[in-house]
Amino acid sequence: MTVAAAPPHATRLRATRVGLSLDDLVMRLGVVALAVVLLVIVGLPLWSLLAKGFEDRDGQFVGLANFVAYFSTPALFDSALNSIAVALVATLIVVPLAFIYAYALTRAVLPLRWLFQGISLIPVFAPSLLPGIALIYLFGNQGFFKGVLGGPIYGFDGIAIAQVFYCFPHATLILVTALATADARLYEAAEVLGASRLRTFFTVTLPGAKYGLISAALVVFTLVITDFGIPKVIGGNFNVLATDVYKQVIGQQNFSMGAVVGLVLLAPAALAFVVDRLVQRKQVALLTARAVPLIPRPQLGRDALLTGFCTLVAFGILAILGTAIWGSLIKYWPYNLSLTLDNYDFAKFDANGWDSYFNSLQMAVGAAVVGTALMFVGAWLNEKTRGFHVMRGVVQFLAFLPMAVPGLVLGLGYIFFFNAPNNPLNFLYATMAILVVNTVAHFYTVGHLTATTALKQIDPEFESVSASLKVPVWRTFARVTTPICLPAVLDIAIYLFVNAMTTVSSVIFLYAPDTKLASVAAVNIEEAGTTAAAAALCIVIVITSAAVKALHVLADRFLLGRLQAWRRR
Amino acid sequence: MTNSSFMRRAAMAGLAAVATVGFGLPAMAQKTKLTVYTALENDQLDPFKKAFEVDNKDIEIAWVRDSTGVVTAKLIAEKGNPRADVIWGLAASSIALFSTMNMLDPYTPAGADKIKPMFKSGKSPETWVGMDAYLSLICFNTAEGKKGNKSAPASWADLIKPEYKDSIVMPNPASSGTGYLTVAAWLQIMGEQAGWKYMDALHQNIAQYIHSGSAPCVQAAKGERLIGVGLDMRGASEKSKGAPVDLIVPKEGLGWELEATAIIKGTKNLAAAKKLADWAVTKKANELYAKTYAVVAYDGVVALPKNYPANAEKAMIKNDMEWMAKNRERILAEWTKRYDGKSAPKK
Amino acid sequence: MSYLRVSNLTKRYGSFAALGDISLEIGEGEFVCFLGPSGCGKTTLLRAIAGLDPQTSGTIHQKGQDVSALPPAKRDFGIVFQSYALFPNLNVADNVGYGLVSRRLARRDVTKRVEELLALVGLPDAGPKYPAQLSGGQQQRVALARALATSPGLLLLDEPLSALDARVRLRLRHEIKALQRRLGVTTVMVTHDQEEALTMADRIVVMNHGAIEQVGTPQQIYRAPATAFVADFVGSMNFLSGRLAAPDRVTVAGLSFACPVQDGLAAGEDVRLCIRPEDVRVRDLPADASNRLPIEVAELDFVGSFCRASLRARAAPAIELTADFSSNLMRDLGVTAGSQLDVALPPDRLRVFAA
Repeated sequence: MTVAAAPPHATRLRATRVGLSLDDLVMRLGVVALAVVLLVIVGLPLWSLLAKGFEDRDGQFVGLANFVAYFSTPALFDSALNSIAVALVATLIVVPLAFIYAYALTRAVLPLRWLFQGISLIPVFAPSLLPGIALIYLFGNQGFFKGVLGGPIYGFDGIAIAQVFYCFPHATLILVTALATADARLYEAAEVLGASRLRTFFTVTLPGAKYGLISAALVVFTLVITDFGIPKVIGGNFNVLATDVYKQVIGQQNFSMGAVVGLVLLAPAALAFVVDRLVQRKQVALLTARAVPLIPRPQLGRDALLTGFCTLVAFGILAILGTAIWGSLIKYWPYNLSLTLDNYDFAKFDANGWDSYFNSLQMAVGAAVVGTALMFVGAWLNEKTRGFHVMRGVVQFLAFLPMAVPGLVLGLGYIFFFNAPNNPLNFLYATMAILVVNTVAHFYTVGHLTATTALKQIDPEFESVSASLKVPVWRTFARVTTPICLPAVLDIAIYLFVNAMTTVSSVIFLYAPDTKLASVAAVNIEEAGTTAAAAALCIVIVITSAAVKALHVLADRFLLGRLQAWRRR
Repeated sequence: MTNSSFMRRAAMAGLAAVATVGFGLPAMAQKTKLTVYTALENDQLDPFKKAFEVDNKDIEIAWVRDSTGVVTAKLIAEKGNPRADVIWGLAASSIALFSTMNMLDPYTPAGADKIKPMFKSGKSPETWVGMDAYLSLICFNTAEGKKGNKSAPASWADLIKPEYKDSIVMPNPASSGTGYLTVAAWLQIMGEQAGWKYMDALHQNIAQYIHSGSAPCVQAAKGERLIGVGLDMRGASEKSKGAPVDLIVPKEGLGWELEATAIIKGTKNLAAAKKLADWAVTKKANELYAKTYAVVAYDGVVALPKNYPANAEKAMIKNDMEWMAKNRERILAEWTKRYDGKSAPKK
Repeated sequence: MSYLRVSNLTKRYGSFAALGDISLEIGEGEFVCFLGPSGCGKTTLLRAIAGLDPQTSGTIHQKGQDVSALPPAKRDFGIVFQSYALFPNLNVADNVGYGLVSRRLARRDVTKRVEELLALVGLPDAGPKYPAQLSGGQQQRVALARALATSPGLLLLDEPLSALDARVRLRLRHEIKALQRRLGVTTVMVTHDQEEALTMADRIVVMNHGAIEQVGTPQQIYRAPATAFVADFVGSMNFLSGRLAAPDRVTVAGLSFACPVQDGLAAGEDVRLCIRPEDVRVRDLPADASNRLPIEVAELDFVGSFCRASLRARAAPAIELTADFSSNLMRDLGVTAGSQLDVALPPDRLRVFAA
């Protein structure tokens, strides 16, 4: 063997274009297909609404005239400031609360830890109507604690409190994940170096959870900015962007101005999203393979303090849920407090009766099945396809878009896009299928992120090994990747199910006579003034989602335990 | 719902969810399925549907029901490819808007001559025909009034008394049709200048502008607020449920709005749609309307709903619908400038 | 004819050249190590050969066939990664048989072949176990068995031993080498561990900054490093800065040393004179030994079987050398820190590089 001299016919200037194996070809086609799907279910519907921001009410192109009109209307501009203010306050309250709660769950010896963890999830199962209703029972002008707040519940205070309830589990989940992955060796090092507990907290714990904290803050901020259920019920005269969209579109059928507000609404959410991406990029495997997991040791003072804190927070959550349950059993609040089950006979309050509940179940199962498959296979294609960077970038962008899009905007976009007479997909319109598709699209980002994270955690060389063994990628996907990621797959399915049960803002425009959903029915019933029945329907939704989640936990513990013997050492 | 039918539904939903993920259940029978968009109250839908279907055995009504704003927005958004066959029970102002957008199939129902003239579009053939009128009046919670030692108002003018500071709710005209008709009524009764001056004063007493026309009376009924300005029937039905609420017809007169029926242009079920339009103007139908509405379209059908003030129909102002439609954008802009977004501590 | 020929291979990431014009040939059945510090491009080269990270330009021929543009699945190789990349949800037998199952072999044949391979790597009973139940060394062997299952013509090993304990690593070195000899499979291993390369490879390719510094047998690499980088990277080396006074003489800090004749360097050039610590002679110095140097022992570091001594030339304290003194020598000569003695730098052991 020698160092070969460059042969005269050396092709040193011509760049090599590596041929594609069948696998590569299929995967690239898959990525293109995924991009098309995302374009159809996210990009184009969104565009068909937002384009209206540049048209007048008769559909003539007017350039930026609507934007000029918007920014010169002080009341509308105030809403933007209000949105930001309430989102900031909610974020500043939720994130520290959630951090301490998550800290207690992961770093302290907590009695009944599973119970505290379960309670922290409850708000996820509830339509955002529920905290609104409960707060009116509690702090409204006829509420138990009227006057406690020193002012009316309707407005800033009400929105902020309800948003804290609504966003708490989202922040807690993120922070539990961030805090759970700690390296015990860092704590041992700090202890050996004689650092005080406080100093250890500020030098080890906080920096370790830094990305989690930023992520949680951004998620909460975006959720508050885009949510419209809570400000609608309890916002009073406090106008926010999300209710402005509602006023323009629903109140005045002014789609152009609605689109403008929708675009404005997109801005803070998009900004938060960009920050999140930049920050996440810096976070590369904080936890190395050699890290020693931290197992909290009992420490009486700290544990007692944190248990007390968690009890308080859990009590707050249960109080809101309990109030809603109690409210659903009351005959005529506040004048006839006798108990009744009549409010659960939904046929009395809504033409669809219990049917809407079964529609919701059907839709949620559909979204969970279809969505999980699409998100997981999609994330896998996008992660594992070799080369093809531009197209993968497109997919990544489209997958992240829904997070910043308020449901109302997406829902209207769906009408404009899918109901267009020349759209070959318009057979989907007014079917259960479009509700499923819309829900999958609306909640695409988190599912995609979950799948991507799970896929990033497994050895990147599995595909290389498979290629060297001449095993087609799909086989490795089916035999290795999917089984390993099964917990994440189930997480995505549950996430979709739960959100499909509670979603309102996007599907409210899309249901057909026989596909009305329980969450929409709850809003209708509430609007008609039968708060108790609306609360009852919310409770039925909470119970359903909680039951499905409980099944998930059990399945995780027993079924998966058996199927996944390989995880044990 | 009986227990066994509940179980059956549950089983069916489960099966359907697994088997036909994504697709709705197929229509059950050979009947013509008529898609009817409506903003009628939830509890009216079933009796209306049943009554119609008894007389038209070959037609089945499929409701799409939501608040006036959502239904209107949905219909406009679907303009390019309409999904509704008929509108039955939506604000005439919305329907008039559809008319200008050329979304309706004009049809004069058989028997329309029995309908009061003001309940018709006045075109030939009619673009829409009214069913009933709803009014925007005052709901006063007597229990809270007694507690706070506040007297009941008798007129719009009374509402600006300082004793009602921060205790009145009314619908936000920017998000609610009822809100707009209320504001428009004031401007018509008092004249523009005095009307705005009145609202300036009233603004001091308003606790909240709500995004719904029916919510104010409900809130008043539940004592959440002392006074609600808004839809009449909801107040009456709350009172029937036992709420300590009085419906007050202010002596200056009432703003009102019609609910109407119209056929959507391009419907594939035109024959069935016409049958519904015909049926909607019958005496039988109007007697049904009269159970919840004080004022109905059929000349001579009068049956005041329970707990409804007797003098309401007489108090209806002479409402210039055309003026309302023409000036809507201007009035809302002015209103928004003056009152919306002023949630910050009021002076 | 060579089994694997790499010609003018380059790999760029933007403006950064990870590989700059690499050409090399590997014979059939050879065991070649790519050796170099991290970031030198050795793994990039391996992955280009596998087709996992295709080159920017240049060609690769395997067994006479141009594979430059083939995707990995169409090339003939087995690969073992540092992480082993064992499928955690499949047991050992399924892992090893993974590439066999899709070849439409009869189930019985697959089972037989898996048993054979497990026996080959010394894990005959590990079949039903899951990877997590195995030690690192055992996992490595399973990965090796899996890579060999389909009898590839080329075996690629990417730092296969670096995640293991020192003791296990030593044992596996020998086992892998023995196995490779037995099977005669052409093997390329990437490592940053010079000792691993020296003990295992038939030939070593020393790389630095995306370029090949030297290709040679372990002896050549060690004895006759072609560049100062190789001299420094492989084994220990003393470097003395001086000037080439004549083709066969180097002056360092005023002292003149005889050295092999330097053709490529001009007299008067600044050079570095190199000698390995074990080549510094202490015992049995002939009276007329060339390059005799009176020194003082400045420091002694006990390393176990020998001591690493820091020496300072008595005539020119700027000249500092390390030398390996065996325990015997220390005892026989009574060397302690501060001892003064004479050493010689045998001219045939001296290397001269341009500074």
